[in-house]
Amino acid sequence: MGIDCLVLGAGQEVGKSCAVVNINGKRIMFDCGMHMGDPKHPYPDFSRISKTGDFDGALTCIIITHFHLDHVAALPYFTEVCGFRGPIYMTHPTKALAPLMLKDNLKHMINGMGDKEKFTSDDIDSCMEKVIAVDLKQTIRVDEDLEIRAYYAGHVIGAAMFYARVGDASVLYTGDYNMTPDRHLGAAQIDRLPLDLVITESTYGTTIRDSRFAHESEFLKAVHTCVADGGKVLIPTFALGRAQEICILLEDYWERRNLKVPIYFSGGLTIQANMYSKMLISWTSQKVKEAYTNHNAFDFKHVRTFDRSLIHAPGPCVLFATPGWLNTGFSLEVFKQWATSEMNLVTLPGQCIAGTIGQKLMSGKPKKIDLDPETQIDVRCQIHKLAFSPHTDSKGIMDLMKFLSPKHVILVHGEKPKMVKLKGRIESELGIPCYHPANNETVSIPSTHYVRADASASFINTTLCPNFSFKNSASEDKCTSELQICDVRVSEGLLVMQNNNQKPNVIHQDDWSGKTDT
Amino acid sequence: MKLTCLSKGQGYYFPPCHIIEISGFRILVDCPLDLSALLIFAPIPVYSDRRLEYAFDCSCHVSVDTDCAVHKKQKVENSLDASSLIHGVPWYKTVSSLHLWDVSFIDVVLISSPMGMLGLPFLTRNKNFVAKVYATEATTRIGQLMMEDLISMQKEFRQFYGSEDSGCAKWKKWEELVKLPPSLQEIILGKDGTELGCWLSLYSAADVKDCIQKVHSLKYAEETCFGGVLIFKAFSSGLDIGTSNWEIKSPKKDIVFISSSVLDAAPAMSFNYHALQDHDLVLFSDFSSLDCMEDVEVETSHSAPINEIAEVAAIQPLIDSDESSEEEQKLGFICSYAVDSLKAGGSVLIPIGRIGVVLQLLEQISVSQEFLNLKVPVFFISSVAEELLSYTTIIPEWLCVQTQKKLFAGKPLFAHVDLMREKRLHLLSSICTTDLMKIWQEPCIVFAPHWSLRVGPAVHFLQRWHGNENALLVLERGLDADLALLPFKPMAMKVLQCSFLSGIRSSKVAPLMEKLQPKCVLLPENLKTFVGNSNTKSMSVIYYFESIMLRVPSLKRSAELKISADLVSRYQWISLKEEDINITRLKGELSVEHGKYRLLTGKESKGTCVDLERLSIALENMGFKITVEQEVSCRSGISFDIHVHEPSKGLIKVGPNITTISTSDKDLSSRIHKAVDTILCDI
Repeated sequence: MGIDCLVLGAGQEVGKSCAVVNINGKRIMFDCGMHMGDPKHPYPDFSRISKTGDFDGALTCIIITHFHLDHVAALPYFTEVCGFRGPIYMTHPTKALAPLMLKDNLKHMINGMGDKEKFTSDDIDSCMEKVIAVDLKQTIRVDEDLEIRAYYAGHVIGAAMFYARVGDASVLYTGDYNMTPDRHLGAAQIDRLPLDLVITESTYGTTIRDSRFAHESEFLKAVHTCVADGGKVLIPTFALGRAQEICILLEDYWERRNLKVPIYFSGGLTIQANMYSKMLISWTSQKVKEAYTNHNAFDFKHVRTFDRSLIHAPGPCVLFATPGWLNTGFSLEVFKQWATSEMNLVTLPGQCIAGTIGQKLMSGKPKKIDLDPETQIDVRCQIHKLAFSPHTDSKGIMDLMKFLSPKHVILVHGEKPKMVKLKGRIESELGIPCYHPANNETVSIPSTHYVRADASASFINTTLCPNFSFKNSASEDKCTSELQICDVRVSEGLLVMQNNNQKPNVIHQDDWSGKTDT
Repeated sequence: MKLTCLSKGQGYYFPPCHIIEISGFRILVDCPLDLSALLIFAPIPVYSDRRLEYAFDCSCHVSVDTDCAVHKKQKVENSLDASSLIHGVPWYKTVSSLHLWDVSFIDVVLISSPMGMLGLPFLTRNKNFVAKVYATEATTRIGQLMMEDLISMQKEFRQFYGSEDSGCAKWKKWEELVKLPPSLQEIILGKDGTELGCWLSLYSAADVKDCIQKVHSLKYAEETCFGGVLIFKAFSSGLDIGTSNWEIKSPKKDIVFISSSVLDAAPAMSFNYHALQDHDLVLFSDFSSLDCMEDVEVETSHSAPINEIAEVAAIQPLIDSDESSEEEQKLGFICSYAVDSLKAGGSVLIPIGRIGVVLQLLEQISVSQEFLNLKVPVFFISSVAEELLSYTTIIPEWLCVQTQKKLFAGKPLFAHVDLMREKRLHLLSSICTTDLMKIWQEPCIVFAPHWSLRVGPAVHFLQRWHGNENALLVLERGLDADLALLPFKPMAMKVLQCSFLSGIRSSKVAPLMEKLQPKCVLLPENLKTFVGNSNTKSMSVIYYFESIMLRVPSLKRSAELKISADLVSRYQWISLKEEDINITRLKGELSVEHGKYRLLTGKESKGTCVDLERLSIALENMGFKITVEQEVSCRSGISFDIHVHEPSKGLIKVGPNITTISTSDKDLSSRIHKAVDTILCDI
């Protein structure tokens, strides 16, 4: 009996999140992601789960926390190519939106990948067919012993933390989460649970973020000055999540300032994503939810679809284009055209994967960027880094760990130096043993175990008897002397074990003396 | 455990009401209103002069129109005509035996459907009401909208009769009561003449708001713990969107409460029977099959256009496709009937209050090519029409698998979204809007409350169309149609009466119990004839009666106690060899949490300290004006005082391990307590 956590991905790195946790014999895979920056090993090493490839026997179920590619993209490969047929759980929004992300990803699937590792659009469909959608806080019984439950995680729409319990042992896998509400999503919410292990992300394990409001107004100011001077703003994002958040922000600002500059979304994908968001309004923040009858926050008034011909059209505009890292696709195409003018503005997300143009722009302000040996771009445009992020900061992680007070903590989804620092803080400040395994390492911890006994009615009843004691605490304020009442109930119980085979009994001592008399 | 069935209710709109006593707690299940009793009131006269004529001329038995299928061959007491209805602001009939209970003794209220919620504000506005109320999120929202709609419909009466009438109703005086026809008297007083006291004048909007605030809304299968001992979980019952069956777990007994359920439902999520399996006790509270039986008897006199397909004795499998296809046929039939009326130039009035049925009808209409070719508009007129329909588009989690598939395919959940976009469906808050004048067009289809045909916009349309022989009224069976249509006579308008599935058929009860495999079943006594002779091998069946308390013997003699492993390892055992017994004295801290008894190693409780900054933010967010007195640090922690100035005076003294709230305002103190509570429990 115990808990073993095998980290297959996102161990001391960000990318291909995947952890296989064995709780008292039940094995659960949390997340099944793909590494976007590592074409040689895009998938977690599934052979470590089962040498023979009998995944159905080796895993009880798969749980996906949210639709980001580094958490879900290897799932079709695992179910369709590797042949896992067990149950897969994710929230309704994740089930609805993950196929969009996956299909979009097929287009810019990493080039260096072998044929064996590829899957098709049909694979995605048949994989998603098998997914069981769950609602927040719903207690799902996977089988006789295993119980799972989702909690709101913020981060992106539909993101959830998952709680799993087998017998007396329980684990929480946070996925990515955000402890502060943003424009469209609420903060993570969870009950105080008795937990043996928490596996938490640690992307911003050392950063403490200040007011979101300041960052937002900084961003809006940058955008406004640019369009006021007739410039074009390029916002490279992924279709889901950040795009909706920034768009709500801009819509609100446009409304307040009565701006008429058009906002464009490139391609049908984002439009489709907005449509989903409209139906999934119950997964957004309280404020957005309450207003849905009068105005659904995802009904963007100023937003139009972008047409390729508009790239060279005169006049100011704001454009959302995918993908967010400027590595390929439409956002790069537009960037090539617009980067050459000082009037224009490009905003960059908080984090970019190494090797992308986004990352090059982030590090310093390069004048020229080599796209490939032949092409070179003159970067004259302004660059604004988005300082707000859908991940929690280190204060949020510490707060959550303190609130949950689990017996053990495992850190994943972060860079090693940050993890080491955070691990130190958790161990010294909270006194909780903490681990940060690398990929393919296993951490084993003991699990809680209770001995079951039958308690007699007389024992239970005596524990219910109040046993008041009064303490007169002299208060400094003389007119109100406080009377503290304590009620520590005491019962004299005996634990009796008969013949070693039967369930032990708990009885009140009076029962026992009665027995011996006869 | 004790069970008292307070009322067995009547059909979908008046669900049963029970009180369950378990582990020392008292649980009330549902708190409905008998809205069919509204029939004793007269609707607001619109064309008062003409109406008077009718009132003298036409009592039921003189009516000659053969088209009206409903009151054919029906005998009514001579004395009953439209003028004998009560002209005044309607009052509402609550469950009479609920008034015999002391409100303060109820610990928990479980609400299983929006209909079971309509009487709740009467309870929650009582000062002594302290119970926790649980309902699913969708039930809470839809229930709230229905209550608000009821209030807005009531407003019309207040405007007409003036508000002074509501305080003391003239009709409740004995002299007035005896003047009424006997059939109305029976509705007012009940069969045994004891129900006069359960009539109440409608609650206010503030009562509803207050009531909703007291409801703890849950998701399906969300665990919630009460008093450390009881655990409640709601599971879908399939009756309508958000309706639920309940699992009640106590250390000694696992109970399943089954309300009216539909096995294979649409658009609501289907009956979840997997979750109800393997419990100690099933409390079966679906009386709907009894209503059906009564209906079949009456059917001979009501030559209703819809013929119920004879019930096929299909026992296995439990969920047969007949049921849902039958429901679909009914909807198709209504739709084709409506199209015929529209073609003939008559309008269609559908005053059905079941949101699930309304959605399905809209769905049916939107796929009917015949209807689409007609180019007639559809109106949904209710004070909550817009909120209700927009709510349905954002709750995929509460809907059936087929509808959820639409979400995953990226399509709108319901066809009414498209109908609205194409300007075929118009949502209006009342008939007195200028919008209505602009877009009004006849013939048309109108969805409008209320199904009792006494309050709401439906009354006005009925008054307008009742003489038109091409017009069509779609009514639900179960309502006393003669009485309902009395004020609108003579009726030339066609009436289509139909019944929708609103519970488990009696033939399915026994197989369902076999599937669920409980140790014990509590069944209503009226079901005895249907279930009695089935082979129930392993389970014992106990029958219960309305308003008679039933004592259910306990099944387990002892509760389970969990002792933590490290504690057990520390015990020193004494062996009594002669009896082969090992014995030890228990030591540890007993915790009762989440329905489980646990013996743990005694440890100091981890004190949580109240953070000044967060508390003041929380208080300010709740609209208090506060000032903070300086912090004092001592050995054990920080202490400070917060003075509350508005809305009334109060003082919060925060010490390292104690927080004292002192104020003379009870409400304020509970709100401050809430604020302190929130910062203590959230992160």
